[in-house]
Amino acid sequence: MAKVLMKGNEALAESCLRAGCRFFSGYPITPQTEILEYLCWRMDEVGGDCVQTESELAGINMLMGAAAGGARALTTTAGPGFSLKQEGISYLCGSDLPAVIVDVQRIGCALGDIFMGQGDYWQLTRGGGHGDYRTIVLAPATVQESVDLASIAFDLAEKYRHPVLIATDATIGQMIEPVELPEMKEHDPDKYDWALRPRREGEPQRAIWNRYWDWEDGGHKYPEYILKKYGEMEETEQRWESVLTEDAEIVMVAYGTSARVAKSAIMKARKEGIKLGLIRPITLWPFPKKAFDELGDQVKAFLDIERNILGQMKDDVILTDGNRHPVEFYGEYWDNISEVKILEKVKEMLKKY
Amino acid sequence: MNFTIPKDIDMSQQASWCPGCGHGIVCRVITEAVEELGLSDRILTVDDVACGQFGQFAMKYNTIMSAHGRTVVTAAGLKHARPDALVIARPGDGSAYSIGIESTIYSAVRNENILTIVINNSVFGMTGGQMSPATLPGMKTATSPFGRDENKDGHMVDITKLLGQMDIAYLARCAVNTPANTDRTKKAIKKALQKQMNGEGFCLIDVLSMCPTNWKTSEIQACEFVKETQSKYLPLGEFIDKGGKE
Repeated sequence: MAKVLMKGNEALAESCLRAGCRFFSGYPITPQTEILEYLCWRMDEVGGDCVQTESELAGINMLMGAAAGGARALTTTAGPGFSLKQEGISYLCGSDLPAVIVDVQRIGCALGDIFMGQGDYWQLTRGGGHGDYRTIVLAPATVQESVDLASIAFDLAEKYRHPVLIATDATIGQMIEPVELPEMKEHDPDKYDWALRPRREGEPQRAIWNRYWDWEDGGHKYPEYILKKYGEMEETEQRWESVLTEDAEIVMVAYGTSARVAKSAIMKARKEGIKLGLIRPITLWPFPKKAFDELGDQVKAFLDIERNILGQMKDDVILTDGNRHPVEFYGEYWDNISEVKILEKVKEMLKKY
Repeated sequence: MNFTIPKDIDMSQQASWCPGCGHGIVCRVITEAVEELGLSDRILTVDDVACGQFGQFAMKYNTIMSAHGRTVVTAAGLKHARPDALVIARPGDGSAYSIGIESTIYSAVRNENILTIVINNSVFGMTGGQMSPATLPGMKTATSPFGRDENKDGHMVDITKLLGQMDIAYLARCAVNTPANTDRTKKAIKKALQKQMNGEGFCLIDVLSMCPTNWKTSEIQACEFVKETQSKYLPLGEFIDKGGKE
């Protein structure tokens, strides 16, 4: 299929439709709103339902009903709205229901601002709702990657009967890039035997509720099931891109838009003879530990780069590295990540370590 | 008279409601209404958490437990995914009129084609009888120990007044405190299911229902309380009955 120019948010929305998504419920919030606007007319064309709900809370809980009915269901939001989605994400996890939730990240806590940011890493990867759960979090760095990851997100969600989060950001959502879209697929709501449809005479009842109550031993074996499920995700779903890490002395760790700048910093650094590399997590959870396992002994330190104040992903770099190397953080709040500042920081680190 | 257990009532699981509770009666009339209309293979239900959730054990229908207060909007989502099914949401008054009032109102605004049956016992039942929006003025509960004071606690919510002017298919209040009222409840459910089949839109039946445990009365006194007090503040009747689609 030929490439077309599309805005990140719209391309992601189109890709979800082409993956067979026929239900969307959501609420306007910048910088995500184009997804809602796009689906409000486009969903009609493909015979699906797009509902503008009264709140993000209603959006996620309506999605839960549609997901229970076997539909490929999507909701999208940003920053403050993502906080409101947490109740439903916890319920989806506890009920073993697949769905796709997109957070087009912005900056800051409270209202923060509508600008580019990577403010929600902790909420995305730690489970922002109640109870202990994990979710696969896919983090694209280009519009094409938004399309590609959206198209596998539903498959992953159904593979594990679990919600999958996509973490883009304001830059990727708002910019226009050439993309190749996948072919249109239809999804059969009766594909899985857990999906709710009216019970036919003689069939056992299908009940979707707190799954631990389904275990005949009163739920004592449920932890085993959960540990196995999350263990399998950790083992098989790590995704990342490593750039020139074979000989790198300083390895940057950055995702999404920040990783794009980090990549271009590598080219400049290499011209100056600085051995700089990058690990770009594509899954924020499971965090790509295998990428760190592949690193050689020449690595002196890690530099975590994010668009936020506290360096949220730094925690995972330290945990993954196991305190073997120093881990530093370079972040921006209002400004873009700067190649120049990356290089300054890297040179400073090379002197220190 | 010859009484039989409706075939959609599940006798193999245990619905552990208190003696004298109205929930079981509502489930029974739902199954009777469904059977009389021959719709057993078209029903999906959405339960709230708490007392209403036991409906999953009382009835054989395929079902999902929503988050507390999200029953109506989750039911709307299920209907979007399964437009051919007849979807029944069964929240309580605490759920539908307090934490979930936004979704109750907006599901009515969108005229979602579902039936909401609210089991209204004027208290939060499972948590031990706290004041709900439908707690009557002067009524003592665990969180209005001196009786509901409308100056301090806010007005009692009468859903028929809130939704009374909306463009929805059906709005009624029934009760299950006497055989005659229970029979009227069944008729209302049948009417609403017919409307859902016609695609007429949002139907809500507020069912006054006994909670002797939290009202701290006997089972008989609870039935009398519905008649003498609850239904005086929350009158029975049909408030919207829009008729067929044009």
